[in-house]
Amino acid sequence: MFDFLDKYDLLGAFWTTVQLAVLSAVGSLIWGTILAAMRVGPVPLMRGFGTAYVNIVRNIPLTVIILFASLGLNQTLGVTLGGGNDFETINFRLAVLGLVLYTSSFVCEALRSGINTVPVGQAEAARALGLSFGQVLRLVVLPQAFRSSVVPLANVLIALIKNTTVAAAIGVAETALLMKEMIENEAQLLLISAVIALVFVVLTLPTGLILGWVGKKVAVKR
Amino acid sequence: MKLRKVSAASAAVLALALTATACGGDDGGDSGSSGGGDKKITIGIKFDQPGLGQKTPDGYAGFDVDVATYVAKKLGYTEDQIEWKESKSADRETMLQRGDVDFIAATYSITPERSEKVDFAGPYLLAHQDVLLRADDDKIKSPEDLNNAKLCSVTGSTSAQNIKKKLAPKAQLQPYPTYSACLPGLQNGAVDALTTDDSILAGYASQAQFKGKFKLGGFKLTNENYGIGVKKGSDLKNKINDALEAMVAEGAWDKAVKDNFGPANYKNEPAPKIGDIKS
Amino acid sequence: MSSVLYDAQGPRAKRRNVLFTVVFLVALAALLWWVFGTLNDKGQLEWALWKPFFTGTEAWSTYIWPGLQNTLKAAVLAVVIALPLGAALGIARLSDHAWVRVPAAVVVEFFRSIPVLVLMIFGLALFAEYTNVSSDDRPLYAVVTGLVLYNASVLAEIVRSGILALPKGQAEGAMAIGLRKGQVMRLILLPQAVTAMLPAIVSQLVVILKDTALGGAILTFPELLASANTMSGYYGANVIASYTVVAVIYIALNFALTSFAGWLERRLRRAKKSTGAVLKADDVETADAGTVGKV
Repeated sequence: MFDFLDKYDLLGAFWTTVQLAVLSAVGSLIWGTILAAMRVGPVPLMRGFGTAYVNIVRNIPLTVIILFASLGLNQTLGVTLGGGNDFETINFRLAVLGLVLYTSSFVCEALRSGINTVPVGQAEAARALGLSFGQVLRLVVLPQAFRSSVVPLANVLIALIKNTTVAAAIGVAETALLMKEMIENEAQLLLISAVIALVFVVLTLPTGLILGWVGKKVAVKR
Repeated sequence: MKLRKVSAASAAVLALALTATACGGDDGGDSGSSGGGDKKITIGIKFDQPGLGQKTPDGYAGFDVDVATYVAKKLGYTEDQIEWKESKSADRETMLQRGDVDFIAATYSITPERSEKVDFAGPYLLAHQDVLLRADDDKIKSPEDLNNAKLCSVTGSTSAQNIKKKLAPKAQLQPYPTYSACLPGLQNGAVDALTTDDSILAGYASQAQFKGKFKLGGFKLTNENYGIGVKKGSDLKNKINDALEAMVAEGAWDKAVKDNFGPANYKNEPAPKIGDIKS
Repeated sequence: MSSVLYDAQGPRAKRRNVLFTVVFLVALAALLWWVFGTLNDKGQLEWALWKPFFTGTEAWSTYIWPGLQNTLKAAVLAVVIALPLGAALGIARLSDHAWVRVPAAVVVEFFRSIPVLVLMIFGLALFAEYTNVSSDDRPLYAVVTGLVLYNASVLAEIVRSGILALPKGQAEGAMAIGLRKGQVMRLILLPQAVTAMLPAIVSQLVVILKDTALGGAILTFPELLASANTMSGYYGANVIASYTVVAVIYIALNFALTSFAGWLERRLRRAKKSTGAVLKADDVETADAGTVGKV
């Protein structure tokens, strides 16, 4: 019944999906934290940039962003991200870049709502001790904010895992592209769909459960 | 009572959006509904291939469109009675089998596999798979040079996979949703060649913006016999064949070729004989 | 909160601010200079490529408007079908009976953990194989099916958290005056929860609207993004220009919806008659696993 699977590199596609998700998650966390710092910081221009970035990027379909990364950045501006001459590598990296640019705006918002849950007194006390903005953020506010943002960040991560399928639009050989190919060539619609669905359930459900548990564990009791 | 106002407002917005889309909904058109109760003919073409079948602000234009219009006229339909439908490559057989369209003229190559599912009139044009190159590119002179080259084509297209399988296993492939997305990359050197039928490539190369920027490789990698697809067993097939013969005899075929491919310097094959399928 | 993170600025901090501003501005300008400079070098800023959008309406009426109509049609259909479905699932998850609660939970969790794109591809093949929906309508059906399956389960979570966000006293009070379970839900909880959920539902619309683009890029649904493809075939492969215009339309549309959601939320919060439980537009993110960042 599952013979036809031998013809396809399901494991390879699954691995590509995982790689896309992990690399994009790390990138989005870094860039999203920087954006959040900009949005709550004292420099008006950076605040404006952060706000504008989030509002613009959140409202564009990811499909458009990823197509832009390929058509605009790569084909027109000549950015290869060190991928040299190899389309597979370039497209993979472009997909990661697109996912990072998009997801970081949601990371930024999740962190900002986390920052808002930190009682005002914490920051005020930190300032009273003479800490600078950077120190207040780094030593007092962000550690607490991260702890209360674990659950929203987990949700962003789950969304990201599912969003990796959009990389199919520029031909990255991940799970959704393989699914399309299999459906076109095999008369096993329900079976194929069940296998692919299982792949994503396996990836997303445990992520949600584990991080939900971690979130409860580390939450600052108030 | 503010809440009620808000709910009412949002309901109104929703209703507005619904009616707005409902109005637009019917211009997709089901073939049965026509204003005057006249007879109609529904023809499937491509919407995004300049030179062959392209949706334009003034209707539809291209060689396939001209051929289809001529055939429809011979079948007794005026231009107003033609209803054009977009038939994507993957949908063509299904559209004919279900009777969504009466016939299809959409860069539809006659192949044995397709002939099992539908009937073909024609062929009306002999095209070849080819590559579009930068005008100043002198690296790619023969099909063998495509090995190591970067190719661009549309998602799900067989032509690119053909090259990869038969000619240039090391070639790299960039798929996009539409051919025009390949052109900026070709222009900038991000890809080396755009591959599909030479008739389609000629259509792109003949656009005013690209004059002198691209050239056809002229490799004739395959023979593509464009036919007009009809439902299996349909009596339209013979009528269309007669119409196609008349089109060539009257010189309308030559005119259509000149109108649509002229500026591209595309050396078309002479009009093929009906039933003469080059493999 | 944000302003309590730093002190009123003295002369040194002000100088440092100016320095940061200048450095940031220079970096931003350099980036923009590079982008526009290269685009210009590559001839992508030529007026001929952009002209169709600014002179005359033919590009809008031939390509963009029909595409936008399809985008809106798919989005509205998806919301209209998903809302009642989602409400039913959400209420079912709050049921006292395990045989109602558990299956509802399984359905919701299952469809929330699968990408919409996978659901859409499945839908397309399903309609092609087992129904006689015409090929014209199949992509629309597939897109709407994918969106409904996914968003119904998201809306179910919004409904559930909307009801759970109400103060306990509401249900307790209702039961104390002798209402039955069904009555408590129908007369007391749902009316309040629905208003509390409105902002979250409106922001879910943004997610749906963005998701329709998948249908254009990967299925053959002729929506806004796909209209850019047809359009660029006619206007000399102005793909960059076409996609830019389309992106701006998405931003404008979604920004309007997001702002509307924010306005609703503020208004509902101020309204004295409510219990004060308002599900923030952003709460979708915390209420639901999948919503955030869905395409």
